[in-house]
Parts: sequence; C-alpha cells; structure tokens
Amino acid sequence: MPERVHEITLTVNGTVRRAAVPGRRLLSDCLRHDLGLTGTHVGCEHGVCGCCTVLLDGEPVRSCLTFAVTVDGHEITTVEGLADGGRMSPVQRAFAECHGLQCGFCTPGFLCTVTALLRKNPAPAEEEVLEGISGNLCRCTGYQNIVRAVHRAAELTAEES
Amino acid sequence: MKPPPFDYHRPRSLGEALDVLAGTGADGKVLAGGQSLIPLLNMRLAAPAHLVDINGLTELATVEEEPGGLRIGALARHARVERSARAAALQPLLGQALRLVAHPVIRNRGTVVGSLVHADPAAELPAVLALLGGSVRLARRGGTRDVPAAEFFTGPLESAAGPGELAVSAFFPALPPRSGTAFHEVARRHGDYALAGVAALVGLDDDLRVSTARVACVSVGPVPVAADVTGACGHRPPASADWAAAARAVQDRIEPETDIHATADYRRHLTGVLVERALRDAAGEALHA
Repeated sequence: MPERVHEITLTVNGTVRRAAVPGRRLLSDCLRHDLGLTGTHVGCEHGVCGCCTVLLDGEPVRSCLTFAVTVDGHEITTVEGLADGGRMSPVQRAFAECHGLQCGFCTPGFLCTVTALLRKNPAPAEEEVLEGISGNLCRCTGYQNIVRAVHRAAELTAEES
Repeated sequence: MKPPPFDYHRPRSLGEALDVLAGTGADGKVLAGGQSLIPLLNMRLAAPAHLVDINGLTELATVEEEPGGLRIGALARHARVERSARAAALQPLLGQALRLVAHPVIRNRGTVVGSLVHADPAAELPAVLALLGGSVRLARRGGTRDVPAAEFFTGPLESAAGPGELAVSAFFPALPPRSGTAFHEVARRHGDYALAGVAALVGLDDDLRVSTARVACVSVGPVPVAADVTGACGHRPPASADWAAAARAVQDRIEPETDIHATADYRRHLTGVLVERALRDAAGEALHA
C-alpha cells in the first residue's frame, strides 16, 4: 500500500513553498530533497551533531528531529536565507574573517544557531557563547575560531545597526 | 536512519486526540516535541503504526500556578518553562534541572511532559518530579487520572501511561518556605546524559536546623531513585549537618550498572560526591530563602 501523502505549505526564507510529503519525512529531508535547499546539512540524524539546525519561527531547532508535516504553515529560515541579497550576514562574514570553518560541513548549523543566539543576546559573554554553541559539533576547527567568530559577529552586528 | 512508515494523525482538539488514541490503542504513539521519540524512530528502535501529533493542541501549551504548585501542560516546551518567571518563583529546581537538559536548541522543541513520559532514568525531569512528589495527569476518552511520581515511573523508558492515554499535564509542588534546592550532575561532555546526577531539597525548621533532606538520583537505577536522608543528616544547622552520612546512605541504596560510559563503582562514587554537594547547596539556598 503506498504511503499517504500530506500537502504542506512552508514559508522558507520568505518564499511560500509547497510540498507533498509522507508523515515520516524529516524537515531536513524535505528541505534538501523536496525543496532543493541543500545548504542544510545532515550529519548524525539523531540530534547530536547540530549540522541540520534551522530556524523555525526564528528559533533554532534540529530539522532532523522535526517532521515536515508538523511544521505545516510555519516559517523556516535555512542557511540560504541568512544573507541579505548578495551581501553575507554579519555572522557569515565573521566566520569567514575569523576562520571559523575549514571543511564547512557543520557551518550551516553553526550559522543558524549563532544568528538566533545573537538576536536574543547581542553581546554574549564567553560562557554564554560556549553554552550557545554547545549543541553543535565541529571536527575541524577545535572551536577556538568559532568562538572568536561569534564575538566578532556581535561586534559587526552592533556596528551596523 | 530514516523513520519507518506510520499513519500520521493531527487532531485539532484534545477530544479528537483522545478519540484517535482510543482507536489506535497500543499501536498509537503521541508526538509532542519529538526530541526523544524521533531519534528512536530514526534509529528504528521504535516503529509505532500510528503517530498522534499533538503540536496543534496549543491549549496544552500552559504553565499555570495552581494551589500548592505549578501545572505544566503537555505542549509547554523546555525553553518556555526555563524562561518562565512564575516557574522560577514557585519551584527553582525546575530551572536548575532544565539547564542540564541536552542543549539549548533541543530545549526549544522538547517538552517537559514529554521528558516525563519518555521516562529515561538518565534524564533530569523525572528525578525532579520524583524528588518533589509531583504527579502526571493522564487523560483518555471518558476519564482522567492523576498518577503520583512514585507510581508513574515503572522501568527504563516505561511509565504508567497506558494505551489510549495522553499525558495532558504534570504537577510540580511549589518550594515550601525556608527550603532550598540544587541539581548537580557529571557528564562526559556538556549536554550529554549524566553519568550520575542528584537533585536535592533541604528544608529548615524555625531554629534553622535541617528538618527535611531528600534527594533523587539519575542514571543509577531503572527509574529515578528518590531517598529521604533527613535522619542521616542529623537535626542540626546546615554548617554541622552530616552530609557525608547522607551520601553514604544513598550509596548503599542505589544499584548502578556498568556500561561503556562508566563502571558501577564509579557511578556510586560520583553519586556520593554529588549528594553531598547538592545537599550543601540546597541548604545554602534554604538559609537565604
């Protein structure tokens, strides 16, 4: 028997998108396969690595631990939606400037997590940064440059607002 | 690493949810935050025939004061309760425990009641409910029952919630006057499940001597292990209370197991250290209450 399919509507990076998905379609897979937004990376698929983090109504969540059908009607921001047109966001520029990435696999998750962190706490203390990114794994950088990038992103955001 | 197929239900009211659950019986599973259930599905450790998604039941997203404590609805997410000023004022142990639950991003989605129903003996919130003597409200078509914490946790990942039942809320008793709480745990990495963890509540009498001392331990048994150690502490002021005797009493009582993360002996040692630390801190809070 074929699986039942659900029609859903998501607002992804400001654009209304429709998809027909089975109940078990993870949001991460919906974004990548149904909507073609492959910027969201999938690492562990059980909520440990943080690579698939996207913003759901502005709050960072694991897209691999969310069913697409559950968030029908909601707003999603992926890494593709962080830049302002052709100009990278302060968080993206800070990661580039501070060498907060090497292979780049974990980067979309970090960028989404940090974007939300700085919206809530525009000038986080060192400990708040560590707590904020504690759910994202990076196997390249050793994290030091990522922490530096978060502080730099806070500076850039403050300068530009 | 993809979930197995299931029939997806998205009820629009509590009544509809209970009707669906009554129909699916033991084949139905409730989806709230999904931060424990979806990993189990992704790893194919669980394969329910029906999934009943309660994320549309916003009437269950409540954090409300009730006589004697706080009632938290089934759709109140960890982050919401963590930020709630009312929750912090009524029962500070909730905030102390929630900070230790996984990572902030997980807490944006996970729910307090979901953590209770998941009934992981390594999780913080079941220990909080057990320590405080709270309860879980289970609704089914045609009835509701409140199950006290001592009867709710029946085994590893097993609770008293039966087929056709939906945990609609949990009740956490408020902090009594002249009392304090603390939650300490040791994990290999920040946000991991704890190798050992201890929630403590200490109450003082009019002379500021210890009149109540209770702990609940995680990761050292099939369910959270709650213990009253008032006698072991001695009826003394916090500065001279025998926290070490309380720690030994708890160590004698727990039955930790060896696994790849830690030996049973090491868990027992950690639990003793954490019991002392948590009781001392809880007593400190009580002195300032």
